[in-house]
Amino acid sequence: MTLKKTLMGAVLGSLVATGAHAQEPVLNIYNWSDYISPEAVSQFEKETGIRVNYDVYDSNEVLEAKLMSGRSGYDLVVPSAFFLERQIQAGIYAEVDRDQLSNYGNLDAQLLQTVSRNDPNNVHGVPYTWGTTGIGYNVDMVRERVGDMPIDSWDLIFKPELAAKVADCGLAVLDSPAEVVALALNYLGLDPNSESKADLDQAEALLASVQPHIKYFHSSQYISDLANGEICVALGYNGDVLQAQDRAASAGQGISVGYSIPREGSLAWFDLMAIPADAPHPEAAHKFINFVLQPEVAAGISNFVYYAVANTEAQPLLNEDVRSNPGVYPSEEVKAKLFAQNAHTAKFDRLLTRAWTRVKTGR
Amino acid sequence: MNSMSQSAPLAVGRRRPSWLRLPGRLIPGRSLVASVPTLWLGLFFLIPFAVVLKISLAETAIAVPPYTSLFEWDGAVAALSLNLGNYQFLFEDSLYLDAYLNSIKVAAISTLITLIIAFPMAYVIARATPGRRVVLLSLVILPFWTSFLLRVYAWMGFLKKNGVVNDVLLSLGLIDQPLTMLQTDFAVYIGIIYTYLPFMILPLYSALEKLDDSLLEAAEDLGCRPLQRFWLVVVPLSLPGIVAGSLLVFIPAVGEFVIPALLGSSDTLMIGRVLWDEFFLNRDWPMASAVATMMLLFLVVPIMLLRNGQGRKEEAA
Repeated sequence: MTLKKTLMGAVLGSLVATGAHAQEPVLNIYNWSDYISPEAVSQFEKETGIRVNYDVYDSNEVLEAKLMSGRSGYDLVVPSAFFLERQIQAGIYAEVDRDQLSNYGNLDAQLLQTVSRNDPNNVHGVPYTWGTTGIGYNVDMVRERVGDMPIDSWDLIFKPELAAKVADCGLAVLDSPAEVVALALNYLGLDPNSESKADLDQAEALLASVQPHIKYFHSSQYISDLANGEICVALGYNGDVLQAQDRAASAGQGISVGYSIPREGSLAWFDLMAIPADAPHPEAAHKFINFVLQPEVAAGISNFVYYAVANTEAQPLLNEDVRSNPGVYPSEEVKAKLFAQNAHTAKFDRLLTRAWTRVKTGR
Repeated sequence: MNSMSQSAPLAVGRRRPSWLRLPGRLIPGRSLVASVPTLWLGLFFLIPFAVVLKISLAETAIAVPPYTSLFEWDGAVAALSLNLGNYQFLFEDSLYLDAYLNSIKVAAISTLITLIIAFPMAYVIARATPGRRVVLLSLVILPFWTSFLLRVYAWMGFLKKNGVVNDVLLSLGLIDQPLTMLQTDFAVYIGIIYTYLPFMILPLYSALEKLDDSLLEAAEDLGCRPLQRFWLVVVPLSLPGIVAGSLLVFIPAVGEFVIPALLGSSDTLMIGRVLWDEFFLNRDWPMASAVATMMLLFLVVPIMLLRNGQGRKEEAA
C-alpha cells in the first residue's frame, strides 16, 4: 500500500514543521520517495536561505488526491506526465515563468518535445528525471528457481508457471493500476493506452492468473526488500531497483540485484516539476527549479537516485556507472520499444480501479 | 450562583418544598452542562457527517474539489440534483458487500480473542493490592506513549521473514524454514488484538473492580464451584464492562485501515481499504462517501439501538 511512506512523511513533516518560524522564507516540496540526493536540499538551503519542508509520496494517485482537495500547501510537486495532463484540465497548476529560470536552456529539447504531448508547449511542467518500469530481481535466488534462462521477458511475472516458481522467495508488484494494467495490455499484444472494456477484461484475467503468486502490491517497499532478500522479484521502477542494487552491494550480504527492461517493451515515464496554482511560495519554487536545472546539481541527483536526467549539460558530469548503465540510459534499440501513457478518463478510471481491486483481493 | 442553587443542598435528604421542585430542564446549569457534549457531537460528528452525506450524492468531476455541486443557480432558477447512483452501485457490485462482511468477521473474531485475553488480565489487576494495581494499570496504558504507527511498524520488524520471531525460532531449532507471517491474516489479527487490548482491559477492570467480594463468598457458601461461581456471578456482574469493551474494540476494528494495509496481504479485503482505494486510487469521492455512509448505517445504527434498549432495561430494573 501507498500509505506507509505517506504516513512516515506526515510524521517527519510535522516534526519539521514544529520548528518553523513564521518569517523565515520557506519552500514546501512534495516529491516521490527516494528521489533526490540529500545534499541537493541542504545545498539549496545554504545558497538561498530558504528553509525546505520536504515531504514524500510513492504514487501519482496519492499526489493527485492531495492536490484535488485544494489548498495542499505545497509549492512544488513532481507528477508523472500522464497524470499532469489530467491535472492541468482541472486547473490546479500555475504556468511556469521561464523568465525566472535562467537554466531552462540546459534541458533536453527532444525530451521536452516528448512530454509536450501531455503538457502542450511545456507551459506547466519542467522535466525532473525520466525512467522505465521493468523487472528487478535477486540474481541468485531467481537463478536457483528458474535456471539459467535470461531475465528479459515479462513471462517471469505474467506467466503463471514462471511466477509460481519465484512465489516462495517473494514477488512484489507496484500498487499502480494505470501502469500495471498498461504493461499487461502490452504483454497481451494490445494497445497499452486502450480504454476498451474488453481489453481491460483480458488484462484483468491475466493479472488474476498470477495474483496467487504475488506477495504484495506496494510502490516503494520493494526497494529495501529487494536489497535485503525479503523478496526476489519486483515489478518496479528502474531507479528504485538500482538503488536496491546499490544498497545490497554496500551491505555486503552477498545479495546481487539485477534490472531488466523486458524485450516485449515497457513503460517510459517522465516526471515533471510543477507549481500548484495556490502555492504559497511560487517564487521559492521557481528558485528551486532553476537550482535543479544546474548541470552539477542535476548530475548529483541522477548519480544518487539512478534515474536519467532531462538535462543535456549534466550528461558529461554523470558517474560512469550511471551514464553507461543500460538500466538508466537504455540502448536505442530498447528505447524504440518503450511507450508512454496517456491520461485516462474518469469513467475508465473507475473500471480500472474496480478491476484492480478484484485482482488484488483475488476475487 | 443564584439563591436557588444555594438553597438546593439544604433539600438533600428530605422533600423539597413544592415551590423549589422544578422540572429538571428548568434547573439552571443543567442545560449548560448538557450543551457541551451536544455541541461537541454537533461540531465534530453531525456536521462532518452531513458533509460526507452531501458528497455521496454528488458526481465525480475533474475539478477541485473533485465532485459536482448539488445546487445549481443560473441567476433565475435554482436546481438541486441528487445522484443516487453511488448507492445503487453499492448493491450492484458484490465487492462492497464482501468487504463489509469480511470486516465484520475480522472485527468479531478479534473482539472475541481480545476479550478472552483481556478478561484474566483485568481480573488480576482488579484483585491486586492497590499499590500493585497502579503499576499494572500504568503498564496497560504505557504503550500509548508511543505512536500507534510506530508500534505497528515494530510488529512488521517482528514478523517479517528475517525478523525477530523467525530468528529466535530458527536459532532454537524449532523451525528450519522461516515462517511467512507478515502479509497474512494472522498478522492482521495480531495487530488488531495488540492495538485494542487496552480498550478492552480498562472497561473490564472498572466493572470487575466494583465486584463485591462478599458476593463471591456467598456463592461459595451456597455451594458454587469456582467455575460456576465465575459463570453465574462474575460474568453477569461484569457484563456492562464486557459490552463496553467489546464495542470499543469492535467498532474501530471494522473500519480499521492502517493495520490491514501494513500487516495484511492484498487479499485481506476490508472496508477501510475499499474506502482508501475509492478515495485515493479512483479519486471517486462521492463513491467513497457513499461507502462511509452505508458503513455508518450498517454498524452504528443497530449498535445505538442496542445500547438504547439496554439503557431502558437498566432504568426499568
